[in-house]
Amino acid sequence: AGPCIMSAPGAAAAGGGRSAAAAEWGGFEDNMQGGGSAVIDMENMDDTSGSSFEDMGEMHQRMKEEEEEEAEGEAGAADEEDGEFLGMKGLRGQLGRQVADQMWQVGKRQASRAFSLYANIDILRPYFDVEPVQVRARLLESMIPVKMINFPQKIAGELYGPLMLVFTLVAILLHGMKTSDTIIREGTLMGTAIGTCFGYWLGVSSFIYFLAYLCNAQITMVQMLSLLGYGLFGHCITLFVTYNIHFHSLFYIFWLGVGGLSTLRMVAVLVSRTVGHTQRLILCGTLAALHMLFLLYLHFAYHKVVEGILDTLEGPNMPPFQRVARDIPIVSSAVLNTTAKAVALTL
Amino acid sequence: FAGLADVSISEDIPVEGEITVPVGSRSPDEDYSTLDEPVRDTIMRDLKAVGKKFVHVMYPKKSSALLRDWDLWGPLVLCVSLALMLQGGSADSKDDGGPQFAEVFVIIWFGAVVITLNSKLLGGTISFFQSLCVLGYCVLPLTVAMLVCRLVLLAGSGTVSFVIRLIVVVAMFGWSTLASTAFLADSQPPNRKALVVYPIFLFYFVISWMILTFTPQ
Repeated sequence: AGPCIMSAPGAAAAGGGRSAAAAEWGGFEDNMQGGGSAVIDMENMDDTSGSSFEDMGEMHQRMKEEEEEEAEGEAGAADEEDGEFLGMKGLRGQLGRQVADQMWQVGKRQASRAFSLYANIDILRPYFDVEPVQVRARLLESMIPVKMINFPQKIAGELYGPLMLVFTLVAILLHGMKTSDTIIREGTLMGTAIGTCFGYWLGVSSFIYFLAYLCNAQITMVQMLSLLGYGLFGHCITLFVTYNIHFHSLFYIFWLGVGGLSTLRMVAVLVSRTVGHTQRLILCGTLAALHMLFLLYLHFAYHKVVEGILDTLEGPNMPPFQRVARDIPIVSSAVLNTTAKAVALTL
Repeated sequence: FAGLADVSISEDIPVEGEITVPVGSRSPDEDYSTLDEPVRDTIMRDLKAVGKKFVHVMYPKKSSALLRDWDLWGPLVLCVSLALMLQGGSADSKDDGGPQFAEVFVIIWFGAVVITLNSKLLGGTISFFQSLCVLGYCVLPLTVAMLVCRLVLLAGSGTVSFVIRLIVVVAMFGWSTLASTAFLADSQPPNRKALVVYPIFLFYFVISWMILTFTPQ
């Protein structure tokens, strides 16, 4: 190591001297320093890539295994002798422990490598890079339709807000189903709520993205997910209010007002990113229809269609709204009658 | 290095010294001696660790015992007991006992996994199992609330019992959320605490709602 260490300061000095002169050619400095000294710098021989560690680890393990085989061979030969047997057993026990330790290390290393390869959530990390103020601003913006539709509107590709809104919708839906004593056969309340909300968010986003591809609209999948997710904010507000205050006129006002505003916003953003009247009509008509109909569906399918205040404290006085009522004509016609009455009363 | 060049050691002076490495107090044999202890000792040690964590949840101070050595025994026991107590709470008890148990189980574990992933994606420094451990242990106040609700419902199910149950569940829900926030929010960047607290709030809200709307048949 002596000559190498002596050469390193020399090379550095030479490199420094040359670098002062060759300051304009920044890229040449490294090459000059390496080429200046004739002796190879031992410090650069240390290859710190991962593979060399693994090779060393495997070599080490092979050495241990060979030692163990030797020890086993010797122990097998010395089986009959008691005095030597005890000594061999002690040695074998210790080697055995070391081998077990080594195998545990290798196994753990391999498992962590596989885990970091397949369970890498870092690909989703950029979509969750938000501040609370940004989330609040975007929530409020989702209710305000933009006026400028000739210029493509910016959509933030963020997934935290939409995901939280979908979960909030699930919670509100669960609340609505519980207070209306919805009975689900062959399924669970929670499963239905999660399936409905996530199915709508992912399914309708994919469908509209496909339509956007057909209609040459400029929007990516993440942006579509984000747009539709924030559009569910209106749904959350409407359902939260109307599951607790059971007036049908109130629901229709909220449906048109709040639902309509959030739909208008989504439609305006999409229109600003699409060219051509027919394409705009197809895309926005589909989205508006699906969005408004979903709110209607959520209100009527998961909620008691009976006028008046529900009293869940006193237990079920009236027959609960059965979801499997299709084959019972009496219940379904009763439901139809009450719906028709409700609609007639409010119009 | 120039000064050392003229140091020379004559060969007739013996070199002396101690080469032995001081042995630590724990010999390798002690690591494996837990196999020889009676089963009662092992179980009592684990139970004491779980009990200590329960105490930490009920009085949430800034201690790192929950985080440092995490274990999932406590959450499993709490989850199973909560799911068992929530069974049989629907109108038709013919085949609804099954889904209730699976529902609660899946909600708790799936919800805890989602919250953990969310906090990691937001830049948290806590590990996956540590977060699961904290969220699971903080279900303890809600399990206590469920117990109290069942006892209150044995007495009757009128408006008074509903009010009592509401107060108890709301109080325990607040306690759970505060306890888990105390442990988890420290591992986040300071301006994003609200983003992590909201899903925890939603999670315990759903569990509290299931407890509150439980009516035995």
